[in-house]
Amino acid sequence: MISLTHFLVLGAILFSISMAGIIINRKNVILLLMCVELMLLAVNMNFVAFSYFLGDTAGQVFVFFILTVAAAEAAIGLAILVVLFRNKRTINVEDLDTLKG
Amino acid sequence: MELFVFYFFSVLLVVAALMVITVKNPVSAAFYLVLCFFSTAPIWLLLEAEFLAIVLVLVYVGAVMVLFLFVVMMLDINIATLRKGFVNNLPVGIATAIAMFATMYMVVSSDKFGLANYAAPERKGADFSNIEQLGTVLYTDYILQFEVAAVILLVAIVAAISLTLRRRPNTKHQSIDAQVAIKSTERLNVVKVESQEKK
Repeated sequence: MISLTHFLVLGAILFSISMAGIIINRKNVILLLMCVELMLLAVNMNFVAFSYFLGDTAGQVFVFFILTVAAAEAAIGLAILVVLFRNKRTINVEDLDTLKG
Repeated sequence: MELFVFYFFSVLLVVAALMVITVKNPVSAAFYLVLCFFSTAPIWLLLEAEFLAIVLVLVYVGAVMVLFLFVVMMLDINIATLRKGFVNNLPVGIATAIAMFATMYMVVSSDKFGLANYAAPERKGADFSNIEQLGTVLYTDYILQFEVAAVILLVAIVAAISLTLRRRPNTKHQSIDAQVAIKSTERLNVVKVESQEKK
């Protein structure tokens, strides 16, 4: 029988993988955005699992809203990326030093 | 059987996630991310979240990932420079991931979340509607949040369009407001021309 632990461990694995992805691909903005999507997926997995095992629909409603916000975030993030590439001809994070940070 | 389905799609999901962060080409990474979402949907079906599983495939694979693919394919990026430092960052990344996973594993693997404390609920019958269950709370208890989510999507549309809208001053195009504002008297210009003798 599948227990809650199975799903939580799967979510933890997914979250760790995407965390590693953010660190090793930190020059590529597109991959950073993809890793953020993966992270949200891991979080959603936990929400759905808890929703099922606690018998509470609120978890699924939360996932619904997270999906909405993630879609909005992806759209705006990619729009910024397109403008960035149009102006600077690069998406390398290290070249984006206009603010001298 | 359920355990087999769970493990099959979990392995698929983890392998696809590993490929997302390691493949060279961003286009392949996007496709592996699609595979990730596809293999997550059956796992959510096991948790009786049918609506969210469908939404994951329709919205995520159908809209968000297509958007990603469009952008990745439109941009002419130099992968070689972006891959520089991949090997250097690899040990740090793996160490962070292992440390993070170990910490989370210590919390979630304990008996706290086992079947003894959280028994698996009875499977609902075939006539049970997850959409009805979700819609009932979404349109009553969470109606304000639902409206706010709609506004967020609207803001996202406006922001994405206004960010990427490009005005080129040199191109010829219709001036709609000038066309609409024009009066009939301005359309026809009667010019008085003096008659001339034929030479």
